[in-house]
Amino acid sequence: MYTDKVMDHFSNPRNVGEIENANGVGEVGNASCGDIMKIYLQVEDNIIKDVKFKTFGCGAAIATSSMVTEMAIGKTIEEALILTNQAVAEALDGLPPAKMHCSNLAADALHEAIKDYKEKHSA
Amino acid sequence: MNKIYLDNNATTAVKKEVLDAMLPYFCEQFGNPSSVHWAGRMVSGAIEKAREQVADLMNCSPAEVIFLSCGSEGDNHAIKGTAEALKHKGNHIITTAVEHPAVLETCAALEKDGFEVTYLKVDKDGMLDLQDLESAITDKTILISVMWANNEMGNIYPIKEIGEIAKKHKVRFHTDAVQAAGKIPLDVRDANVDIAVISGHKIGAPKGVAAMYLKRGTKIGRFMHGGHQERNRRAGTHNVPGIVGLGVACELARTHLEENYSYVRKLRDKLEQGILSSIPEVKLNGHPNPDMRLPNTLNVSFNYIEGESLLLFFDMKGIAASSGSACTSGSLEPSHVMGAMGVEIVLAHSSTRFSLGADNTEEEIDFVLQELPPIVQRLREMSPLYNRTDPAPLTCDECRMVTITVPH
Repeated sequence: MYTDKVMDHFSNPRNVGEIENANGVGEVGNASCGDIMKIYLQVEDNIIKDVKFKTFGCGAAIATSSMVTEMAIGKTIEEALILTNQAVAEALDGLPPAKMHCSNLAADALHEAIKDYKEKHSA
Repeated sequence: MNKIYLDNNATTAVKKEVLDAMLPYFCEQFGNPSSVHWAGRMVSGAIEKAREQVADLMNCSPAEVIFLSCGSEGDNHAIKGTAEALKHKGNHIITTAVEHPAVLETCAALEKDGFEVTYLKVDKDGMLDLQDLESAITDKTILISVMWANNEMGNIYPIKEIGEIAKKHKVRFHTDAVQAAGKIPLDVRDANVDIAVISGHKIGAPKGVAAMYLKRGTKIGRFMHGGHQERNRRAGTHNVPGIVGLGVACELARTHLEENYSYVRKLRDKLEQGILSSIPEVKLNGHPNPDMRLPNTLNVSFNYIEGESLLLFFDMKGIAASSGSACTSGSLEPSHVMGAMGVEIVLAHSSTRFSLGADNTEEEIDFVLQELPPIVQRLREMSPLYNRTDPAPLTCDECRMVTITVPH
């Protein structure tokens, strides 16, 4: 049901954890639907230096979280904002149709973290 | 890698004795039992023998056994057939909130046709209040449908007491006995049941064969129209090998019932106690008294972890189990059974069912008990709910549809 890439990211998720003193934190999803993703950012000079995640959710939720961290690291804020959930799913060679809607939120979580970063740093 | 199958409530392997008994009915004794010639005659006896074996497991007369294609067919037939046959008497059906979808969805379909359905609530342990049941009966009630045992958490329902209530009020009583068959004694006469359904693949027969006990004299609408098989009660050419297999599986289930009960029960209890004592923040789902659950079933919630990811990690170690999470239930909501018991939403998403069989060994349980704690810990470390200080987002109002203006 899952691609090899999904299973790889699910069984060996990259960048799991929290960033102490992260300068952007975003969370999407809810317990009721069974998926919560939390993204921690370390942004320096407009570039995403580090990303970590914590996810409560199914295999697809964990794999997309892991993938989005890999995709975001090294990107500028502007580049990261162009990342879509669809692009994350494609980077994993696709997700089962049922998962496209409910567990594919990783880019949203990243964008929330960027929004948080911008709010904190525009003041 | 060892393969450890702990999902016997989903399906079971076909037993060797069952397969051996079936094999002659594919190429050699291939006839249609409805035919008058030699080929048909060769197999009609096999069908009747299987009917006796099924009847012996349920303690009914062979004439009261109807062969079907699956448990869902039986539940559909029992409920829709009763609705059709008794609609002149009333339009009210009583069932429970924890039934299998084959019952719940059938009742929901009848509601669209003007029937009224009472879905009895269960308590936090998943048990029914029989006073609620009795007081739900009206002069319009034509059917009570309560499962003999629950597939998800294994609770055994007081079928004999419900049968007495049904008899007292002269209401027909159907029970989905699919999970109970082969695990606990089924005596449909003693329990005053009118219709009971069992399924082959849960007891070591193949998929695609099932049986219904229909008490003599019970009027029921036809479900499958066509030929005159099963005394006009169920059309369709007999699945001869499947029926033969079901018969043998029922005989094995009956003759090994006590032995299997105590063997499987011992392993289940070991798994249950092992998990509860070695992993913190685990909730047992279902009746806390193991006597009140099927001997093979254990349902627990590993807090902070979503069920599907847990199953995938188990799978990497060769362990097959199942979950009540939304992702595995095929819907957007977690198990209706967990919901009916009032299990908190995160715990419902993390509910995990281990259902054992007589093929499991103590070594397998030891292996599972050794592998589970690190898997659970690893996933907890990954979860934003674990060791959380602020409240977790719970409701769909804060749901995912986070609108971010993405430049295109």
